[in-house]
Amino acid sequence: MSPFVTLLSRDIRLAARSGGSAALALSFFALVATLMPLGVGADLHLLARIAGGTLWVAAVLAALLSLDRLFQGDFEDGSLDLIALSPLPLELTALAKITAHWLSTGLPLTLLSPLLALLFNLPPPATLMLFVSLLVGTPAVSAVGAIGASLTLSLKRGGLILPLIILPLLSPAVIFGAGAVSLVLDQLGAQNALGLLAAFAFAAVLLSPFAAAASVRLNLGG
Amino acid sequence: MISSLTAENLVCVRGDRRVFEGVSFRVACGQALAVEGANGAGKTSLLRMIAGFLAPAHGRLIAKTAQGESDDSEERGKSIGWLGHQDGIKPQLTVIEQLRFFAHLYGKPVEDALLEQVGLARQRDLPCRYLSAGQRRRLALARLLAGARPLWLLDEPFAALDTAGQALVGQLMTRHCGMGGMIIAATHDPLGLANESLKL
Repeated sequence: MSPFVTLLSRDIRLAARSGGSAALALSFFALVATLMPLGVGADLHLLARIAGGTLWVAAVLAALLSLDRLFQGDFEDGSLDLIALSPLPLELTALAKITAHWLSTGLPLTLLSPLLALLFNLPPPATLMLFVSLLVGTPAVSAVGAIGASLTLSLKRGGLILPLIILPLLSPAVIFGAGAVSLVLDQLGAQNALGLLAAFAFAAVLLSPFAAAASVRLNLGG
Repeated sequence: MISSLTAENLVCVRGDRRVFEGVSFRVACGQALAVEGANGAGKTSLLRMIAGFLAPAHGRLIAKTAQGESDDSEERGKSIGWLGHQDGIKPQLTVIEQLRFFAHLYGKPVEDALLEQVGLARQRDLPCRYLSAGQRRRLALARLLAGARPLWLLDEPFAALDTAGQALVGQLMTRHCGMGGMIIAATHDPLGLANESLKL
């Protein structure tokens, strides 16, 4: 087994055994999606109109719940020192952790989204677009989140600062993701919005491991 | 692989504080160096500097290999076996899962015999959350052995260990040096083998 797959599978195993951070994120996502129609009322047209934005914001916030532990657990117990001395470069270490976070949080959120779209009376084509946009866009949430998690690594309560750092950076994902759903709802072409979302996610996944690795290096010396 | 490590006039600065300065030493194959000093003298900082986590404010660390001499910290890191203050053990994993993870990460095979050597054979499938501090330290030792790196950096290697555990560390260090390995250990206790000392 390659060092990359070794780290990836350990992080997924830890996520599954750590009191279910994925279950926590899913519960949060489902609760927000359930509360929103209760707050807004039974205007089915309005609910369908706000569904894309609401579910996208809820998904981002739900994914945030477990992001602060992305590097911090390994940093605090000394595992990160040992991982840093392994043959796996820190950039690939960051990529493995981003992938593990997406598989244990972003992917389950995406799979749950069509069910929650029912609460918003979202028509099937728009529901499909919501699913596809989350599938394409949630890797960007994990990737951008990794930068924030690495920057707040040595802070005792870094989890509180983390949203302030990464939520502004994630606004393009929310704009294009929710925008694509709205465009399908208006029976307009959503290819451009989806394309821009995919480009943003691709750039985030490609570049964030370098930023996160540089930040981890600084924190290991601190 | 690294055959000797030379430090020349190392200076460590943390924030505005100069932790140590003018530190020089040389460790070659089969040698051990005990780093001694009061609390806060910079023992752990020196080990972290050698590992490449911390850059020296001044001075050089030169590793000699078959390819020549190099001061590249990333290259040096590939020869280092690390036993730090923290054990790097996840309570959710079993003893063998923990050992397997690091062995695979370091590209080495996993041998159950390693657990026998450190006295953890019976705890093989026990989740690490049930291990005592001494047993966690023994597992960290097994991981150090699994990594099979030539230069061991040990931060308080005897911490939390009982008398038998301390004797085991002594045996492992003697064997490592006997096989041509190198050890730099920050410790308040005698290493129990022929070694040089560096006072910070």
